Amino acid sequence: MGMTVVEKILARAAGLSRVQAGDVVEPAVDLAMSHENAALVVNQFFEVFKGTGLEPVIWDPSRVAIIFDHRVPAESAKTAGNQKKVREFVGRHMIRKFHDIRGDVGGICHQILPENGYVRPGSVVVGTDSHTTSHGALGAFAFGIGATEMASVWSLGVAVNIEVPRTIKVNVTGQFRKGVGPKDLILRLIGLLTAQGANFKVIEFHGEAIAQMSTSGRLVLCNMSVEAGATSGIVPADGETTRYLREEAHVTDPLHPVLPDPDAVYDQVLALDVTDLGPQIACPHTVDNVKGIEMVAGTKIHQVVIGSCTNGRLDDLETAARIMDGKKVADGVRMLVFPASGRIYSQALERGYVASFVKAGAVVMNPGCGPCLGVHEGALGDGEVALSTTNRNFKGRMGNPNSEVYLCSPAVAAASALRGVIADPRKGAL
Amino acid sequence: MATVVLKLGDDISTDVIYPGRYMATVLPTETPQFAFADYTEFNEKLRSQQVAAGSVILAGRNFGCGSSREQAVSTLKGHELTIVAGDFARIFLQNAINLGLRVVAAPGVRGTVGDELEITGEAVINRSTGERFPLQQIPRARQAIMDAGGLISYTRRRVLEQRSKGT
Repeated sequence: MGMTVVEKILARAAGLSRVQAGDVVEPAVDLAMSHENAALVVNQFFEVFKGTGLEPVIWDPSRVAIIFDHRVPAESAKTAGNQKKVREFVGRHMIRKFHDIRGDVGGICHQILPENGYVRPGSVVVGTDSHTTSHGALGAFAFGIGATEMASVWSLGVAVNIEVPRTIKVNVTGQFRKGVGPKDLILRLIGLLTAQGANFKVIEFHGEAIAQMSTSGRLVLCNMSVEAGATSGIVPADGETTRYLREEAHVTDPLHPVLPDPDAVYDQVLALDVTDLGPQIACPHTVDNVKGIEMVAGTKIHQVVIGSCTNGRLDDLETAARIMDGKKVADGVRMLVFPASGRIYSQALERGYVASFVKAGAVVMNPGCGPCLGVHEGALGDGEVALSTTNRNFKGRMGNPNSEVYLCSPAVAAASALRGVIADPRKGAL
Repeated sequence: MATVVLKLGDDISTDVIYPGRYMATVLPTETPQFAFADYTEFNEKLRSQQVAAGSVILAGRNFGCGSSREQAVSTLKGHELTIVAGDFARIFLQNAINLGLRVVAAPGVRGTVGDELEITGEAVINRSTGERFPLQQIPRARQAIMDAGGLISYTRRRVLEQRSKGT
């Protein structure tokens, strides 16, 4: 009996010849990522060593990454204090993979890790963020953990007592039509699986539509796999993975891709064809409340957000900028654009996307999580409706429980910003 | 016997348990004030200590879905609440066990505010309706952490073992 990708990765990381779903293992961690919540991790890390008489020492600082993205620049004295505390800790413990608030090398953690080559195929990545699932796009097993669990990883270098997850194989065939892409695919899949359909499982992506998809698109799929409850999403590494790591992340050392066995055992196998797929919208207040755009087109919107770890990459900005170039954001709509990293911001400047947005009346903000989680900027007023390329629309998510958030692709967001209502990008905008 | 003090549906996210706008507050000693902040009446009861330790929040499936924020657990732990749900989202369940929040999964569990629940090693029994709901066992991988009284003390013991071996 063969193994799935994640079974193989966990077997290697635990020093075993084979594992199967349900086994309990302690994988060595290749990369441990935190953002501002490192402030809590630091607190819990010191708790571990309290009363032991031992010096608190991180098992391997070269494997720890800390990226400020959730509240950048700090929105309050409290946040500034937390960030200061983390900066001091980073300095003392020689953590080099630290990305502070900067216009060149800063950005959202789930973009910073891939674009700097911190994530490799076959590796085990943990992060104190549920969207750590993103990094499965590079063929790694990447999953979210809590702050105390991260303190344990910093102390021991392993993820303690991990149950090997079962895997759902999703085979995606066909070719996307114009105006439709990875975001529509993953929203459709979440609608089918429901918010709990993949709980405690991994989603392994296969098929011609995945083979033809860029790493940027694969990041969208793996990022939102957690919205179906998945422990992680994963795309087995292929030629595109190597191309991305060599050309975009400038990785030069050898890569060790891990592929599933042909006779791997899956919990469930799903087939999807994207040929006839149209734009999909996740309606308030759950991500699995997914409808075809025709069901909600015409809904009045007050704020449009393009960005986040889901859809703030260069191809997303390109799609949106092309739709908006030479046009104007509708009266009564505020449009906010958040490039996912400083590098992407620079590229968008060079290619003229930023100019297209600004001339259209959009506000281009600094790289970061922005209004996605309602802690910083772009909060909604009572009764207001946002249309956003982010990944969650839970009640209160964008800072106000008396508002609504619809989720969509960058093409839908841009076309809708021009009209002031949810609009199909295939009708006139493309 | 424990009283149900709040009844919720399926897919209650950590954004509802602990809204993102309070995430700059991280310490377990400070998070309890923001528990269910948008349920203003319930939050007020918690803050004015009108809710007895051990009281039950009763929910449906997938409680704690969404963000990995540990505040969603420490905020409930601070009030010594018990969460009885159909089942739990993975990261929330893991965080709850790590921090010692009492979580009980009983598929199909039903009840309403004011009901008295008896929680045994095998089942949740709603004494107000007479219904009995068998427990779903906590993943066995987590048992050692529960037995140690949480992940901090579990990890502390492991660190001491490691250092004494000189590895």
